[in-house]
Amino acid sequence: MSKIRFSAVLVVLVLLTGILSAVHAQDDVFRVAAVAPSATTDLAFSQSMFDALTLIQAEMGEDMFQFDFQDGTFIVDDAAVALREWAASGEYDLVIAHGSQYGTIIQELAPEFPEVSFAWGTDVNTFGLPNVFAYTAAAEQGGFINGAVAASLTESNVIGVVGPIEVGDAKLYVDGFKVGVAFVNADINVLVTYIQSFSDVTLATEAANAHIANGADILTGSAQMVVGPIAVAVEEEALWFGTQSSQADLAATSGVLFQVYRWDVILNDMIASIQGGTLGGESYVLTLENGGLEMQISEAAEMEEEAMEVLQSTIEDYATQIVSGDIVILPEAEATPEPQATEEAGS
Amino acid sequence: MIEQILTASVFASTIRLATPYILAGLGETFSQRSGVLNLGVDGVMLMGAFFAFYTALITGSAVLGVIAALGVGLILGLATAFISVTLKAEQGISGIGIYLFGLGMSELLFQQWIGTPKSVTGFPDIFIPGLSDIEFLGIGEIFFQHNILVYVAFLLIPLSSFVLNHTTLGLMIRAVGQNPQAADAMGVNVTRVRYATVAFCGVMAALAGASLSIALLKVFQQNLTSGLGFIAVALVYFGRWRPYGILAGALLFSFVNAVQLQISAIGLDVPSEFAVMAPYVITIIALVFASKQTEKPTALTRPFERGE
Repeated sequence: MSKIRFSAVLVVLVLLTGILSAVHAQDDVFRVAAVAPSATTDLAFSQSMFDALTLIQAEMGEDMFQFDFQDGTFIVDDAAVALREWAASGEYDLVIAHGSQYGTIIQELAPEFPEVSFAWGTDVNTFGLPNVFAYTAAAEQGGFINGAVAASLTESNVIGVVGPIEVGDAKLYVDGFKVGVAFVNADINVLVTYIQSFSDVTLATEAANAHIANGADILTGSAQMVVGPIAVAVEEEALWFGTQSSQADLAATSGVLFQVYRWDVILNDMIASIQGGTLGGESYVLTLENGGLEMQISEAAEMEEEAMEVLQSTIEDYATQIVSGDIVILPEAEATPEPQATEEAGS
Repeated sequence: MIEQILTASVFASTIRLATPYILAGLGETFSQRSGVLNLGVDGVMLMGAFFAFYTALITGSAVLGVIAALGVGLILGLATAFISVTLKAEQGISGIGIYLFGLGMSELLFQQWIGTPKSVTGFPDIFIPGLSDIEFLGIGEIFFQHNILVYVAFLLIPLSSFVLNHTTLGLMIRAVGQNPQAADAMGVNVTRVRYATVAFCGVMAALAGASLSIALLKVFQQNLTSGLGFIAVALVYFGRWRPYGILAGALLFSFVNAVQLQISAIGLDVPSEFAVMAPYVITIIALVFASKQTEKPTALTRPFERGE
């Protein structure tokens, strides 16, 4: 009798193990974890990634796509702790380090966790590692369009730019903006101030005030500290052109045009690659051509329908010329690098 | 070229930028003169900035925003006093704790209650009749076209100096900061004085935060102060624990900042890194010279123990 009981228990255990294994195999939820330097509501860089992941989740469904997002990790050591824990847990299909300051950590972690896929940006360097994706944005493209449109709207022929630090996509955006302005009218004076901080709203605000005092009737800028300059634009009734995320709500009637980073375009590619067994080795660049850069006209700008159509047509015209190569914004050495694919790609 | 750089708007910008430093610095001066170092100023500023902004956002009233900030500043000031004075915790460490609390809590509340950066109407600029029109040397624009918190900050300087140097209260504060045992023997309630000054420090720090979120910037964002409160603490040393010294330090730091922004705006060929570095370098140099003639309160950072 006891042998029969033992056999019955054994059969049940085997069956349970089988069922659990089957359930685990069917757990095809794609899990992503990401760190970002500023808040998910920064109206800039970090928000652009958070919005992209939220969009993908909406498209794929919460039962198929889940993500954890740790924002405000400007301090690299803090981000490193989170990234290591996520990689070690084995629970995530993709670990994203959204900030160029995180490159060194990814270079260290990726060989240590070869079964985990990592992505980092903004850069195109995968370090030759088969489980690292890299990504960046050709910010000069939208910068050019913003600049060209701004040049056609300025009445004072003075435009103010408030930049953070002269590196990465912020520099590309500002450089592209200046070329765009000069493309339309080389006599327009573009005043550029880099405040050497991504987050100092007070200094950014006074930089914007300085531009207004020097005659600017249009302002633009990059990074999360632009909330200050936007408030200045609203108060001084200047026009505002933005980048990275849409700032239309905050800019209200001052907002005109925003270059929005659509990271979801390249994230979808990465997800497909990982699901196909390729964990990295490729880099991506958001461009107007691949839809990763989207020019959004502010709905709050209260433009008349005819003016809106003209503006839309102008934007499309510039975009077409940029994509076709008729307009070369920056020399190759200064422009966003081309995407890379390493020979070791694939897992 | 000098005319291009030293414009009236640059001096007006100096006045605006100096305001939060003056407010926070004056509060810290009272606290330090009584012997309590409060390094939590930046955290209290953030909380004050948030509550002022949030209250102004939901009520539409900047005045109510200031009242909310003052209330939060008072609570956090009393909490700081409890930790530093009653519990006698190490003041530097506990101050950092208050700072981290303010940083994290203001961020959390912002995410939970507001979500995304918004703007408020805030305090408008007040053009003082008869004075704001003075065109001579741009005096009208420089001094008389600011929001009310700018005027309040500058009026508090002579008032603070008077209280510290010419009143019984000021004498008690200084006595407690120099020799608490002697003050105690003279019948001064050291604990009560220190509670009052640290609470006042909290109130002023919160007001400094409000001056950013509902007067100067009219927006709130995580870590809005970007370490401004720590500079205010440094300016107390720079100013040798005197209200007018703090005014001088705040104006110097803000002036160099305003000039570097103007240099950049008009496109002078100065690397932005050097320009941005300038205010800090000049402040450090000035601090070195100032510290040679230090009048530091003798009992600063020392908890009071009766009978020691």
